[in-house]
Amino acid sequence: MRDVELKMKERASELLKSGEVARVIGWKKGEFYHDPQPASFESVEELNAFVYNGFCGANLSKYLIQMSKKEGKTAIFLKPCDSYSFNQLVKEHRIVRENIHVIAIECQGKLDIEKIKAKGFDFVTEVEENGDEIAVASLYGNGAVQKDEVLLGKCETCKGKVHQVKDEEIILHEMQAGKKNRFEEVEKLEAMTEDERFAFWREQLQKCIRCNACRNVCPACSCLKCVFDNPASGIAAKANDDKFEEQLFHIIRAFHVSGRCTDCGECSRVCPQNIPLHLLNRKFIKDIDGLYGEYQAGETAEGKTPLTSYTEGDAEPNDVVNGEVR
Amino acid sequence: MFKIAKERLNELYSKIAETFGLFIPIKKGGEVNYHVWGEGKEVSLETLKTVKSPKNAFFPQSENLMKFKTEGKNLEIIDVRWDKTEKPFVMFGVKACDYKAIEVLDKVFLADPVDTYYQSRREATTIVTLACSRPEESCFCNAFGIDATAPQGDVTTWLDGENLYWQANTQKGEALTAAVKELLTEGGEEKVEAQKASTKAIMEKLPFASLDLSRFKPENLNELFEDPAWESMSEACLGCGTCTFVCPTCQCFDIRDFKTNEGVIRYRCWDSCMYSDFTLMAHGNSRTTQMQRFRQRFMHKLVYYPSQNDGLYSCVGCGRCVNKCPQKLNIVKVIKTLGGKNND
Repeated sequence: MRDVELKMKERASELLKSGEVARVIGWKKGEFYHDPQPASFESVEELNAFVYNGFCGANLSKYLIQMSKKEGKTAIFLKPCDSYSFNQLVKEHRIVRENIHVIAIECQGKLDIEKIKAKGFDFVTEVEENGDEIAVASLYGNGAVQKDEVLLGKCETCKGKVHQVKDEEIILHEMQAGKKNRFEEVEKLEAMTEDERFAFWREQLQKCIRCNACRNVCPACSCLKCVFDNPASGIAAKANDDKFEEQLFHIIRAFHVSGRCTDCGECSRVCPQNIPLHLLNRKFIKDIDGLYGEYQAGETAEGKTPLTSYTEGDAEPNDVVNGEVR
Repeated sequence: MFKIAKERLNELYSKIAETFGLFIPIKKGGEVNYHVWGEGKEVSLETLKTVKSPKNAFFPQSENLMKFKTEGKNLEIIDVRWDKTEKPFVMFGVKACDYKAIEVLDKVFLADPVDTYYQSRREATTIVTLACSRPEESCFCNAFGIDATAPQGDVTTWLDGENLYWQANTQKGEALTAAVKELLTEGGEEKVEAQKASTKAIMEKLPFASLDLSRFKPENLNELFEDPAWESMSEACLGCGTCTFVCPTCQCFDIRDFKTNEGVIRYRCWDSCMYSDFTLMAHGNSRTTQMQRFRQRFMHKLVYYPSQNDGLYSCVGCGRCVNKCPQKLNIVKVIKTLGGKNND
């Protein structure tokens, strides 16, 4: 990955120097190897802090809502999965395509530091990526972990390695798709009885602290003012309440982004309580696939979506039970 | 000093639960948070950081304050507060940083005018702290002069592979000790001293052990407020409330009314200065950009609060924001950028 990082930095530097772009959105070195943060770079000097490694899991595309409206062109590094969100944002007229230069970058799956720590390395001093093996140095002992075991949840079921949009690319090695079927977990939930499923979601959603990280990170949640933040809406729900109201928040949100959710998995990545929120979205994706034909949001920036177009053969919502037409 | 064998801890919890409501770190839905203990619950004292801090026990995320009922022209106000005559409770396993955080909250809620909702819970609680023995890289309580190896509290405990060691510090602590005396045996001083020494050696290696906070002084308020670095520091901020809600010292709340079929409930709930409707007034919001909201949070922790509380910072270095910020922004970065010359 080091060679990819160098190439990216080099390219960012060229673009800034030549004045082709006014800023580059990428990642900046954090306090550790494992905590790079999203950042915009406006000068070659600032690029000294530029970083790209296995912990750059964040989907940067949503930052373009603000950045693409700024003076001058913005270059952005997008991983394959981020490119779906990008297209979706273009489709919804949230970002200004002409002001953006997309650099498609290589991704070999991103890592979850919490999973690494859970393997006993909870005072991480150094991490080194060697292909499928991650060497970890910690104050409580050194060792190696298999990459497959410490991938971010969203990378385990990676949709594939094809960028859906690009103006240029930096891909130096072949990329692998995820090893797990992304609907496997949904099928497990579907196989549960209603009571079991209710108990599952209840236990998970009770953990919610209503921090709104899932909503704020979500590229599909791009309303200028969320109805839940609007005191004039009459349904502004600020209180965390582990009764049904709380559970409704996530279900309403999942409905709102259905047909538009690209399954980027950011909601589950950022949840401080590790609620598997993506499973709600994925259930809807699976149902849409079954009812209206396979559809992947963000594959293109044009065209109609299953839930915003009507054909006579469309399933009637009232007749649909568990994702199948009754 | 007393001790109890690790495998007998369940008996200890059970004994405490006879007279107290026992709040203790419990794994539920895969995450460890403070919950009420009961037989069969998965207690996890080893967990260094619960996702939510123990502040939730005194200052719940959402709490009903009162109820109103109207009948014709009569308005009835119903007190719905937690009933003091119910069981008192024990907070078990509170770490040094989180204990210090309660001191920070006390200065807000117990100062005049006293927040009686907070006070009644606080007074009914006996706090059993637990010394840390395995800090991790995001910990920096020692930057705020906190000793993780010997937290205060009504009772201080230490845990090693064999035993839990127990030392009462206050009258409340003595009373709790008396209630569980039959399970405790004397001894353990040497083991505790050894653990303290080994943990201290680890603490010295914490990467944020020597953060320079010297610039965060009331006299530098304007200069810090105007610093251009806030713009770049806040750029990636999502404006979510994660840092606020996992923070053991964040104390802001909102009060709202909720209409039910049986009258109106007035409740309060945690609020976050990161939110666009925080301190929203009739004219609009006083902080219109995320940069301003971001700045508010850290200025409050590092400048405003200490300037009103004899220099006490309202950050205790628990590191939850370091671990939990979705985009890896945190107070350490702010301290390193603005705190003083001796930050690398």
